[in-house]
Amino acid sequence: MESLEATVQLLSSMGELVDDPQFHSTLDGAALLALYRDMVLVRQLDQQATALQRQGELGLWAPLLGQEAAQIGSARAMQAQDYVFSTYREHGVAWCRGVDPVDMLRFWRGTAHQAWDANLHRFYGYQVIIGAHVLHATGYAMGMSKDGRTGTGDLEKDQAVVAYFGDGAMSEGDVNEAFVFATSFQSPVVFFCQNNQWAISEPTRRQSVVPLAQRAQGFGMPGIRVDGNDVIACHAVTMAALDRARAGKGPTLIEAFTYRMGAHTTSDDPTKYRDSADDELWRSRDPIDRLRIYLRAQEILNEKVESELASEAAYLAERMRVSCRELADPNPLTMFDHVYSGPDARLERQRLEVEAILADQETKVN
Amino acid sequence: MTELSIVQALNRGLRCAMESDPKVLLMGEDIGKLGGVFRVTEGLQKDFGEDRVIDAPLAESGIVGTAIGLALYGYRPVIEIQFDGFVYPAFDQIIVQLARMRYRSAGVLQLPITIRMPFGGGIGSVEHHGESPEAYFASTPGLRVVTCANPVDAYWMIQQAIASDDPVIFLEPKRRYWQKGEVDLSETLTSVPSMYQAKVLVEGSDCTIICYGPTVATSLHAAALAAQDGVSLEVIDLRTLSPLDLVTMEKSVKKTGRAVVVHEASSSGGIGGEVGQCLTESCFYYLQAPVLRVTGYDTPYPPSRIEDVYLPDVDRILDAVEKSMSY
Ligand SMILES: Cc1ncc(C[n+]2csc(CCOP(=O)(O)OP(=O)(O)O)c2C)c(N)n1
Repeated sequence: MESLEATVQLLSSMGELVDDPQFHSTLDGAALLALYRDMVLVRQLDQQATALQRQGELGLWAPLLGQEAAQIGSARAMQAQDYVFSTYREHGVAWCRGVDPVDMLRFWRGTAHQAWDANLHRFYGYQVIIGAHVLHATGYAMGMSKDGRTGTGDLEKDQAVVAYFGDGAMSEGDVNEAFVFATSFQSPVVFFCQNNQWAISEPTRRQSVVPLAQRAQGFGMPGIRVDGNDVIACHAVTMAALDRARAGKGPTLIEAFTYRMGAHTTSDDPTKYRDSADDELWRSRDPIDRLRIYLRAQEILNEKVESELASEAAYLAERMRVSCRELADPNPLTMFDHVYSGPDARLERQRLEVEAILADQETKVN
Repeated sequence: MTELSIVQALNRGLRCAMESDPKVLLMGEDIGKLGGVFRVTEGLQKDFGEDRVIDAPLAESGIVGTAIGLALYGYRPVIEIQFDGFVYPAFDQIIVQLARMRYRSAGVLQLPITIRMPFGGGIGSVEHHGESPEAYFASTPGLRVVTCANPVDAYWMIQQAIASDDPVIFLEPKRRYWQKGEVDLSETLTSVPSMYQAKVLVEGSDCTIICYGPTVATSLHAAALAAQDGVSLEVIDLRTLSPLDLVTMEKSVKKTGRAVVVHEASSSGGIGGEVGQCLTESCFYYLQAPVLRVTGYDTPYPPSRIEDVYLPDVDRILDAVEKSMSY
């Protein structure tokens, strides 16, 4: 088990505030309660989606269980003008960017490759290819600086990019090349690596013999290791890294040290490769529990608020269940759309062929 | 005879190859304790150790690149790429290095590397988990590209691929992984047909269906249905996509005078076009109809819920046969 030393923590697993010499939280009671609400709802979203997959309504789902604090803390540190590039597991980040959970399901059900307007949400979508998007994030950030969208001195307006990826991704060439570009051009991008300790069945040790954050130094950017189950700390370090990026001072690598409490995806069976003792340990470090303990102790959270939140979560789950089952399969002819910017004669012939096949099937059925 | 699924046959074949040559080693993501996401390497790390069944860092270019170094040193690496859609980070190493080393070094250096990967659609998963990249590899001289369609071929061809002194792209039809069949384990590697040859699976006289990998089962089904209607189809499983076994195809087409090529990959730039052109060049006077293709369309794989329409099915094959017969 890796030690948590040299890891930024502002809220202990016992739910007590901790001091850090460098990072401080600016969040008041209402803001903390809002983070709590996000985490509770996102966990519900995740559990409901997992259940829908079990019931055969989704082809696959990648659970975020255990990573709520890392995702919500970092995503709530962003501003509307920022832009996010993420993997398939960032449902919590998608939630914070205003993506409808039912649209998230459309991807996993297999009715759409991407089900929302990336530019509207400034959230690019679920990237399945490990590491590919980290270069895209860097290029996007390069564009922001070229157009003077960053480093103007107005932190309310200055823009930055956040790229999410996992510990496994740290080995891909694309990710390492992204670090080179971002530091070389001092681009306004925050690299947010959720080290959930596993890349499917491979422990982080296979990807690195040093803590991942330490690698940043060699590329020439700050590396911060944060307790990924501490939403307050995740929020604080991401704010600091974003402010730095916005101020034109370049990229930061954040390693949020956390644990994938569930399976890699619904197709995975973690009992084949890891010890359940770790699961126990990490349950005691649950990101939601510790904030609940703190908020209850501060009387920011009480029975009444908890029960309101429980109903809100139940309503969300119900809406997901109903809407998911109602998600219609796309018209097969749409497969020919958007291959190119305009029509193509050969594709048009193929589309007509499929149209005829479908019409023929229709007559056979009737 | 032993009943095995394709997954089990591959597993047994890998085991035999590792037992008979201590220089054979396996590399890939999650192939150790997990046994690979499709369990093809199940139990092999336990029996052969972490030195020979290597869970690699998550970097496909790294895996293929270091395998090239290992092969230059004297090992015989067998790589698992987890899904077809994840091979592209290794493209440079495969196309520019792996394929050309023998040629570049005038035969001094050779790279006996096998790259296994599941391919094709039909498993209902998300983007990049169903792709048909075979034509990229098949159009690259120096690579041998083969695919098995049943447990017998899975068992023998994987061993032949590993024994080959050329780099082999070994494509596994993922939606047929669980298909079972009887395998005669008492045969020997040299007595079974070479993986460089196509196989006639069903003899027929009216039209030749040329298929490979996942579309073999579909084509056999089509042939059975056609037989009920009195149409006699000959079914050829290509097995080797590059180099192509022209002799077996020509013999068949000279007999039937008609051919339909079936694959899941898009038609543009695909194997079907190459097969059709070769047959046109060598069998022009025997052909009663142009060689037709039943393939995926010229789009990326669509979302899984409409993939059935994209993939060739029995009806599309029979329609093509009818069209061919009506020339
Ligand atoms: C290029 C590429 N290679 C392999 C895969 C298969 N794959 C999907 S997720 C995964 C592990 C990723 O681990 P990590 O980066 O730590 O992220 P996590 O899934 O733990 O969030 C692998 C190997 C892939 N999607 N893309």
